[in-house]
Amino acid sequence: MEMRSGESADLVLRGATLLDPAAGIEGRHDVVVREGRVAEIGAPGAADATGLEEVDAEGLHAFPAFFDPHVHLRTPGQEHKEDVETGARSAAAGGYCGVLAMANTEPPVSDPADVEALLADAGSAAAIRVGFLATVTRAMEGEELTEMASLREAGAAGFSDDGLPVRSARVLRRALQYQRLCGGTIALHEEDPELSGDGVMHEGPVSATLGLAGVPSISESTTIARDAAIAGYEGGRIHVQHLSALESVEAVRVAKAAGVEITCEASPHHLCLTDEAVRTLDPRRFKMNPPLRSEADRQALIEGLLDGTIDCIATDHAPHAAEEKEVPFEEAAMGVTGLETAFAALHTHLVLPGTIGLDLLVEKLGAGVEPFGVERSSLAPGSEANIALCDLSARWTVGEEGYESRSSNSWCDGEELTGRVLMTLAGGQVAYRLRSFSLGVAA
Amino acid sequence: MRHLLSIAQLSRAEIEAILDRAESFAEVGRRDIKKVPTLRGRTVVTLFYESSTRTSSSFELAAKRLSADLVSVKAAGSSVDKGESLKDTVATLSAYDPAAIVIRHPHAGAAQLVAGWADASVVNAGDGKHEHPSQALLDVYTLRRRLGSLEGRRIWIVGDVLHSRVARSNLIAFKEMGAELTVCGPPALIPRGLEELGCEVAHSLDDLGDADVVYALRLQRERMHESFVPSLREYAAHFQIDSRRLGPRQLLMHPGPVNRGVELSGEAIDSPQSLIAEQVASGLVVRMAILYELLAAGDEEPAPAAGNGAARPTPIGQPA
Repeated sequence: MEMRSGESADLVLRGATLLDPAAGIEGRHDVVVREGRVAEIGAPGAADATGLEEVDAEGLHAFPAFFDPHVHLRTPGQEHKEDVETGARSAAAGGYCGVLAMANTEPPVSDPADVEALLADAGSAAAIRVGFLATVTRAMEGEELTEMASLREAGAAGFSDDGLPVRSARVLRRALQYQRLCGGTIALHEEDPELSGDGVMHEGPVSATLGLAGVPSISESTTIARDAAIAGYEGGRIHVQHLSALESVEAVRVAKAAGVEITCEASPHHLCLTDEAVRTLDPRRFKMNPPLRSEADRQALIEGLLDGTIDCIATDHAPHAAEEKEVPFEEAAMGVTGLETAFAALHTHLVLPGTIGLDLLVEKLGAGVEPFGVERSSLAPGSEANIALCDLSARWTVGEEGYESRSSNSWCDGEELTGRVLMTLAGGQVAYRLRSFSLGVAA
Repeated sequence: MRHLLSIAQLSRAEIEAILDRAESFAEVGRRDIKKVPTLRGRTVVTLFYESSTRTSSSFELAAKRLSADLVSVKAAGSSVDKGESLKDTVATLSAYDPAAIVIRHPHAGAAQLVAGWADASVVNAGDGKHEHPSQALLDVYTLRRRLGSLEGRRIWIVGDVLHSRVARSNLIAFKEMGAELTVCGPPALIPRGLEELGCEVAHSLDDLGDADVVYALRLQRERMHESFVPSLREYAAHFQIDSRRLGPRQLLMHPGPVNRGVELSGEAIDSPQSLIAEQVASGLVVRMAILYELLAAGDEEPAPAAGNGAARPTPIGQPA
């Protein structure tokens, strides 16, 4: 993973409420950041701020900054939607200190030189750490494996044909065999194209009413069951992307119980919305793959978060140009952006009503590191400064002030959310400050 | 009413009001001069992205009978062929300042999108497999003329419900008018979860005798290639409405065009129970009533009652 180098942060967060469940840190403290590292956590008002920028964090929360293992940065080839710089800025605005970009670009990232070029790009343009997955199969054609070992040496963070499933069980098996040689978690978009057909939304009463072709839940769950069996047989490590269905949560639960090395993620939109939203026929906000499913599916995802079946939350941030979304639902591109709103949306929809605790949300927003072996951010003294400073009571309307992302197809567009990221430290640098968040600077 | 996008937007009373208006146009249609000046000087655009005979011709004639200027655009042969987006096409046509845009499109929600972009009133003349509200209104009109009321009547909708916008709009409209509904067809052609629209689901015609009205749907010939049905022969054997299955007191409807010998036998089509020709005739007056409701209903009150329109000094009664 790479990010651009800049000035190290030297500041103190005065009187912040800390919450770092993984490190067991909570309560009101001053957080002193010197030369980009957490130097000290002390009693509120007590820390020596000599030479440091002083940030009044009274009433604000400081979390270890988040990590998203599933974003689309659209480069190379579709820079009109997003690129490394805008995508990283969008992530920083959401409190993230690191993201992993998917390889379904134009052309797909299948060549070691492509990975090196992207990492160099991140090294000069990204405000936070950005890593890149390479495809499992050449050009995502599903037939021949990429040079997985060379790709790993070039710095590929893992492998995925995301956007498409690895259709052939034989090809997936070969990739998992090769994984023993080169490592690298294989992240899987689980879908049976035969069952999905030309579906554009969840199959159920809403699709029946709207006359839209449905994607049945079993399209996802049967493929997960197949791939978990292959991974178990080969002793390989897989990560299931964007779980959407009740049956899928159950399939992962069964695989974990059987000892398969399997992890999985769920996205904020699947945790907050159901296919009822599709009644608006608004593809900009509500068309994505996998589709928004039923309330029973949403509840099963929440249950999976609570019982640990679902390891982490990932946005599947998928920027699209306006003209690809200003068309009838069936014709529109699939995907929504989510980096800038993930924390606020989940805080609003799941934490404030008491469905999940704030500690679980913070834990799951940071847990995306684990399937890919990335170091987790921490507030513990000595750690590199990766901090999300949030105002949990701030109410804001999404999109009112525009987006850091180059695209505006946010599933939250126009919605009022409660809780906002004010400032993000990533890799020891200040990666983001909300414009309206004024900082008191000490003498 | 600003737009007609979905039949679900109309209450029973609003449906009745449109049908009453259609009755008065039926009376006008029996005169020597069938044209009224209601929409003189106003422009109606029909924009058809799919082939259509009944819907396009009846909307066009309806606009002409109301004295509107008509611009008729078919996607084939237009700038749509050159890749122009729906949004840009609508912006182009909006330059003519139309009072109404009547749109048929192969995808759900197209009419709703146009309504968001254009100043004109928008009529959904069929959007994908979603809705076809003017068809539902003309079908209710046809049945109302024959039965008086749909209250408590049992209507069976038979055939390829999955791919039918007519089925969806008619289910909503018939239910709103008080009918009891059953849909029937092979399981793969009945969308999962359809019961939520408030209908029974059957997979055999054994109880078809319960129906007061049998509404058959078109079976596209290509469906068997997608394994929805094994063959047309097998479909016809189980689901064709023929003179053996259709009782003498049951009414038969079909939105057209019919696949003769597939969903309906030739005898059934030509039987005295068949309302298929009446449905087409109803299409014109109901579509006149829709355009009137959208574009002129605010201009004068009250609506002319059926049968005595000529006795009142309303624009409808005046020959152009």
